[in-house]
Amino acid sequence: MDNSHSHDISKHVKVYVAVFVALLVGTILTVTMYYIHFERMAVTISIALFIATIKASLVAGFFMHLISEKKAIYAILLATVFFFIGMMFLTVWARGEMPTGTRYVGTRVSQPGVAPNAEEAR
Amino acid sequence: MEATTHAAGLHEVHELHHEEPGFWQKYIFSTDHKVIGIQYGLTALCFLLFGFFLVSMMRWQLAYPGKAIPIVGALLEKLLGAEAAAQGIMQPDLYNALGAMHGTIMVFLAIVPLAFAAFGNFVVPLQIGAPDMAFPRVNMASYQAYFIGGVIMFTSFFIPGGAAKSGWTSYSPIATLADQAHTVNGQTLWIVGMVFLITSSLLGAVNFIATIIQLRAPGMTWMRLPFFVWAQFVTAFLLLLAFPPLEAAAVMQLMDNLAGTSFFLPTGLIVSGKVAAISGGGSPLLWQHLFWFLGHPEVYVLILPAMGIVAEVIACNTRKPLWGYKSLVYSVLAIGFLSFIVWAHHMYLTGMGTKISTFFQTTTMIISIPSVIILTCLFLSLWGGSIRFNTPMLFSLAFLPMFGIGGLTGLPLGFNFSDLHLHDTYYIIAHFHYVVAPGTIFGLFAGIYHWYPKATGRMMSEFWGKVHFWLSLVFMNAIFMPMFTQGFAGLNRRLYDGGATYANSETVLGIPHSIIALNEQISHAAWALGLAQIPFIINFFVSMVKGKKVTSDNPWDATTIEWQTPTPPPHGNFAKPVVAHRAPYEYSVPGHAADFVPQSQV
Amino acid sequence: MDIPYTIQPRPDTGLFNAKVGIWLFLASEVMLFGALFSSYILLRVGADPVNWPHGLLNIPIGTFNTAVLITSSITVVMAWASLKMGNFKNFRRYQAVTLLCALSFLAIKSYEYRDKFTHYEIWKTDGTRMTGHLEGAPWFWNTKTLEGREAVTFHPDPTHYSMPRSHESSAGEEHGAGHELKIPVSEIKRLSAFVPAHSTFFAIYFTLTALHALHVLGGAIVIGFLWGPGAKMWKTEPERFTNRIEVSGLFWHFVDLVWIFLFPVLYLL
Repeated sequence: MDNSHSHDISKHVKVYVAVFVALLVGTILTVTMYYIHFERMAVTISIALFIATIKASLVAGFFMHLISEKKAIYAILLATVFFFIGMMFLTVWARGEMPTGTRYVGTRVSQPGVAPNAEEAR
Repeated sequence: MEATTHAAGLHEVHELHHEEPGFWQKYIFSTDHKVIGIQYGLTALCFLLFGFFLVSMMRWQLAYPGKAIPIVGALLEKLLGAEAAAQGIMQPDLYNALGAMHGTIMVFLAIVPLAFAAFGNFVVPLQIGAPDMAFPRVNMASYQAYFIGGVIMFTSFFIPGGAAKSGWTSYSPIATLADQAHTVNGQTLWIVGMVFLITSSLLGAVNFIATIIQLRAPGMTWMRLPFFVWAQFVTAFLLLLAFPPLEAAAVMQLMDNLAGTSFFLPTGLIVSGKVAAISGGGSPLLWQHLFWFLGHPEVYVLILPAMGIVAEVIACNTRKPLWGYKSLVYSVLAIGFLSFIVWAHHMYLTGMGTKISTFFQTTTMIISIPSVIILTCLFLSLWGGSIRFNTPMLFSLAFLPMFGIGGLTGLPLGFNFSDLHLHDTYYIIAHFHYVVAPGTIFGLFAGIYHWYPKATGRMMSEFWGKVHFWLSLVFMNAIFMPMFTQGFAGLNRRLYDGGATYANSETVLGIPHSIIALNEQISHAAWALGLAQIPFIINFFVSMVKGKKVTSDNPWDATTIEWQTPTPPPHGNFAKPVVAHRAPYEYSVPGHAADFVPQSQV
Repeated sequence: MDIPYTIQPRPDTGLFNAKVGIWLFLASEVMLFGALFSSYILLRVGADPVNWPHGLLNIPIGTFNTAVLITSSITVVMAWASLKMGNFKNFRRYQAVTLLCALSFLAIKSYEYRDKFTHYEIWKTDGTRMTGHLEGAPWFWNTKTLEGREAVTFHPDPTHYSMPRSHESSAGEEHGAGHELKIPVSEIKRLSAFVPAHSTFFAIYFTLTALHALHVLGGAIVIGFLWGPGAKMWKTEPERFTNRIEVSGLFWHFVDLVWIFLFPVLYLL
């Protein structure tokens, strides 16, 4: 990391500006997409997260120089991402997976005189 | 490596600051890893004793439920009030508080700081040939955060309402509802203390990993690292990645306690016969998932440094290289990796479905394999060895079968069909205490006796060391072995009278009186164990001034680099940069005059 | 005693110490925010839709805040690049913009928070609910505050969040202009501002954004120090200083990364 890289850095500046513009465009896209009413919530979520992931990758790859980073850093981040996904996925799966016949009252407060919804039995 | 102009500039800076540091700079606000390691060690040993004292009081109540505690009872009443110990009799709330704090203090204030921070700080930079940790000031900050966390936890005993009393696991909703009389209560301080302790561990973990990656001496390749360093490396990763979710959960529980949120409080929660005035919508299971996401890697944090210490002591005292170095390394990496995806085996009774239970059961079974590999390698290392039965070696040898018992008794707990019967019984208490008490703590004792001469320049008394060892071994087994029987009989844990209510009960399927009667002998063994530590404490302090002085920097004739420094090592550790030329355990190499070749020898 | 590789990278890893340190720290932060995001998912999936407010966060303001952080992201990397090219003046200029962006973000967030603290929901004893504002725009009133009062003057919003989403009304909060109601306290079962205790949505919203804001503040303090008194090091040890700017920049980018996910998840979904 010495000053002989200064001419390389000016090339990088072009990339930084391009990423900046892409991020702003991505933000506008995400907000616009919000106003388009999709059939299913799953589609909305997927698109929003997809655009967010692209933006995050641009920041991580170019602003944080991850695209040209060393193996040690990649190894640390790979392990982290794996455990993060594991934590998220397993926790949500655990909540959704119940023995057959469980009547999960969930967060609906029972109405007086009305039995908890039988459809909630899984 | 550094530009010459740089070195010159820095040299000038150092020359200006070359006065001898004062007492405060040298011993209290030091950035030297050895001083910080000793600070951690002494503080942790104090908490270890304190945590033991807490359970000694609990054991009275378990042995003689409802009877006033002699001497201590009156003291408790004076210190903590009649609510806690009216007429010297331990009240249920106090029992719960002692139980919760015993667990918290032992795990977070005693074992982890001693095993990871104390031994790691002192030994790791020396063993890899580094002048200090990568970030010395961060190191000092991490000790200070630990100290503050410890003070907060200790103070929580003396505030109105007493210390936290919802288990070291602090499950919601009870953790939020146990003490509604006081807004800021023991549980609040517990959470704040935990945040400090987690911060301390995170700072330490960053330091350890960066140091091991960046500051290894020339020639110290990854596969030449002493196994102790590998163990600390993996432990640091566990702390780094597993603690933050607990920190998040702790903040959320703090908000439940103070800000009226319902992260972990379900809709329709009924407290004292009334529907609670909360927003609801929360999930008690969410707390459990986040807690055990840390909780499981945490238990590997407790054991791996001790395994590392035992490996070092065994290699040194068998005068042969460790058997299966590569297997040991790959196994410890596998344990680290797998430990993140087994956590819900602590939650089999929460109503999870069969698919997810099977997933966690499978990963739990798989993780037992590298543990067994490590134990096997250590056992096999003894074969054909020229064994020196000194005190550190005795503790390390005993570690092997004791950890074996602890580990094997964990297998029925890993399967959800058997765990259904054993969960929350004394079987669990016996299982984890075997792993941590005659397991980890024996490893830590071995480490203290082994590295004491490097830190102080004197040997601890061999005779009293052996007394300490044999008494501890006998009494630890006397305490925890009967607990397996109690667990099988169905005796629940965290019962403040030790199950006396259920003894031969007529109305409820009870527990045989003989099982309850075991409580008394377990308590006697526990108090005897406490007495057995007195020779150790005296030995530890007296040997600093009266112990036999070492005649060389390497009194054990060990190969690893920490023994190549002056005794005690100076600031900066190595007079000239050290180079590693060979593997870490070159004992009894054919063709050499001595039965060991130091790692730094050409 | 010098610790090696504080400035020059270690040959085999290609990294200097602080870079390893900051990435390790960021890995732990990923797990921290990850746990909160996982909690969000779990709480949302398990929530009764009637009790999960949506459309209550101001999207134009949130979008503007996003643009502010994105701008700060490029200025912070340009500040570092200026130092690599030896241009201290430009470093100062870019970093000043970074700091301005940070302060703007925090100011806007404070405005958003204040807006929430003065916006209320009333659950009436007959089962109906309405959102709106109280006369005089007090902060943090709740059911307990009503003890001893006869009635409250309430300015309801035109729609309630539990009604089906229609996009005309969900482009930000509707501050009910026009009619005011006098509601007797005896008819009020629960009163709550949009505070963490209101619902798990606001609990997780405030926790996530407050923790993020604390990170913005912390990052701003470090960057501010290095811009001000810490910049002296440029004269004595320029490479070490440049490394510090790079490391603090990495932290700042992480803070931006978190917001890139926070914004759509909390405001839009």
